[in-house]
Amino acid sequence: MLRMARSLPEEVLEHVFSFIHSDKDRNAISMVCKSWYEIERWCRRRIFVGNCYAVNPSMVIRRFPEVRSVELKGKPHFADFNLVPDGWGGYVYPWIAAMANAYPWLEEISLKRMVVTDETLELIAKSFKNFKVLVLSSCEGFSTDGLAAIAANCRNLRQLDLRESEVDDPSGHWLSHFPDSFTSLVSLNISCLGSEVNFSALEHLVGRCPNLRTLRLNRAVPLDRLANILRRAPQLVELGAGTYSAELRPDVFSSIAGAFSGCKELKSLSGFWDVVPGYLPAIYPICSSLTSLNLSYATIQSPDLVKLVSQCQSLQRLWVLDYIEDIGLEALAAFCKDLQELRVFPSEPFALEPNVSLTEQGLVSVSEGCLKLHSVLYFCRQMTNDALVTIARNCPKMTRFRLCIIEPRTPDYITLQPLDDGFGAIVEHCKDLRRLSLSGLLTDRVFEYIGTHAKKLEMLSVAFAGDSDLGLHHVLYGCENLRKLEIRDCPFGDKALLANAAKLETMRSLWMSSCSVSFGACKLLGQKMPRLNIEVIDERGPPDSRPESCPVEKLYIYRTLAGPRFDMPGFVWTMDEDSALRFS
Amino acid sequence: MEGGVVYENDLNLKATELRLGLPGTERNEEQPVSCTRNNKRPLPETRDQDGGTKAKYDAPHADPDTPHAPKAQIVGWPPIRSYRKNSLQQPKQTEAESAGMYVKVSMDGAPYLRKIDLKVYKGYPELLKALENMFKFTIGEYSEREGYKGSEYAPTYEDKDGDWMLVGDVPWDMFMSSCKRMRVMKGSEARGLGCGA
Repeated sequence: MLRMARSLPEEVLEHVFSFIHSDKDRNAISMVCKSWYEIERWCRRRIFVGNCYAVNPSMVIRRFPEVRSVELKGKPHFADFNLVPDGWGGYVYPWIAAMANAYPWLEEISLKRMVVTDETLELIAKSFKNFKVLVLSSCEGFSTDGLAAIAANCRNLRQLDLRESEVDDPSGHWLSHFPDSFTSLVSLNISCLGSEVNFSALEHLVGRCPNLRTLRLNRAVPLDRLANILRRAPQLVELGAGTYSAELRPDVFSSIAGAFSGCKELKSLSGFWDVVPGYLPAIYPICSSLTSLNLSYATIQSPDLVKLVSQCQSLQRLWVLDYIEDIGLEALAAFCKDLQELRVFPSEPFALEPNVSLTEQGLVSVSEGCLKLHSVLYFCRQMTNDALVTIARNCPKMTRFRLCIIEPRTPDYITLQPLDDGFGAIVEHCKDLRRLSLSGLLTDRVFEYIGTHAKKLEMLSVAFAGDSDLGLHHVLYGCENLRKLEIRDCPFGDKALLANAAKLETMRSLWMSSCSVSFGACKLLGQKMPRLNIEVIDERGPPDSRPESCPVEKLYIYRTLAGPRFDMPGFVWTMDEDSALRFS
Repeated sequence: MEGGVVYENDLNLKATELRLGLPGTERNEEQPVSCTRNNKRPLPETRDQDGGTKAKYDAPHADPDTPHAPKAQIVGWPPIRSYRKNSLQQPKQTEAESAGMYVKVSMDGAPYLRKIDLKVYKGYPELLKALENMFKFTIGEYSEREGYKGSEYAPTYEDKDGDWMLVGDVPWDMFMSSCKRMRVMKGSEARGLGCGA
């Protein structure tokens, strides 16, 4: 075997490797022998770093010198819910600075939950002559000045996607920085921008980019502008409308309806803030070809939603507010047989009483009617074990199941029992489950079920659940493929963590906040596990100003080759071998 | 429990034993008073007597007797992103809807800008008079054909489309709703505008 490997010329091997795209496979290739490792590392073009602090840029650059596409993730997932204090970290500038020197031919940068500055964007704009794709997902720290630099300098830009980022001091004129000669845009997502963009610049841009396939506008684009934009881009495949509201007028209606009908390729719709239902029929002509519909900002009530979804027979993905109610989900189950992903968001998450009639029954209906359903995010106010068991039996192919019962520790509302058995059924029947979020009243038993059955589980989110360390132990001990575990407000302490310390090196990260892990245990872990960063996040001041047995506020543990980081703010401490000395 | 010992292969039995006692009641380590975090969780007996549908979260302000008492909002719960929470609320009030409609006014040659409240004026004559007073200059007479004749100044404004328009062409209400900022142009630029260029 070894002789054969040596006898194949490098170019042949490289050509073979060029068909291998997944990181897992490429990593496997590079472990075959030294020469394969060498060949592979020179021809790897895409890098994915799931935790920007797990490795440092120079390590990546040293091993992979010819990279064209980089994807980085920064803050832990719970940062989405304001659990990670501002200033924690996730700065991308050091990466960009290093890559500006090492990868002049870099084409794609995708960042998630990272702090991006205008300086960073300017550096990107100047450094990469063939830059094509910029995706900033849930990022922050930059303004439209940075975007202007990208627009002005990236002659071959194909994709600019700002999904869900926070952009400071938005001014609409950055769009005008795309020169008139710029025509290469394929995808533009500015739906997160707060203020108006310059509409004539936008229309001109849309009109001169014949390959534009994806256009997601922001709320500030009024309905009467939409028709013009659509007419300039009838080839659009994905559209995010802006505000879908205007005085009902027949001429405006027919203008918009006509514009939509002209878009024969449209498969995906989103946006639709402040919907005036009278304008919804304008999209009926294209409903039957829609595969993706994101109405999670649209204040459409269930009768209109029913009319809409019953025409979307090709629908594969639906994101919607709970205005759809059980009755709308029944219609979904009846008409949308290809549905694969459903997300139902709460319209009034902080209301004490339910404002809509959306219960466990809605999700049960969808599980009965939509046999391809495999990805669920469902916010509701009541649930039963029976419903969960039914859903589990109906959807054995479920891969992502996230249930959020809005009131913490809510039991089965009929039997008043914990929901252990219901979630137990989910993990038992859904053998391919990769992601799970729990809610409701849960004891240690649910974790026993998870540890026993959820062998493919990669990400678990837990809140207000469990009774003791046994719960955490079950998960750490039993879930062989666990990569990310995030826990808040659970009575989990030191024992399970210390007993399963080695497990933590097999995971990307563990987050625990408002739990019972003591400072002493953190120090111990830091001493024993040099390849983990044990970050104590505590805004009450230095942890050694309190007794060792005192629980830390927040704990973020991740494996790393880069050692402790140097950009920590004052409320973050890394426990390492020296921590015992430093803190005594 | 001996704190600070790493269990590599053996689990301490205490960790695996099933307990019949109430959770949280058997703690070997004393929780010092200085740890201010609230670690309480509701015991099964504290559920509503009427077998209510919700287990009460033991928040400091929760009062079981008054169901409408405001709940202490838990940070980051329910788990919804901020931009989603924000978009559920009414759109931000535009300047036009809030009290006062302030727009920036720049004057060519002046060291700094001013702000004026358009809502204060009933029409163009009042507005132009106010500008004249603020910047100490004279605007000429407005005519549709020639713009502002008889002065080297021309008042202009930026509309919603980002275009610079001469003040006075459109009805006052339309001007009020589309004016984003103003600029008093001076000199040849102004004359160019006035000649209908």
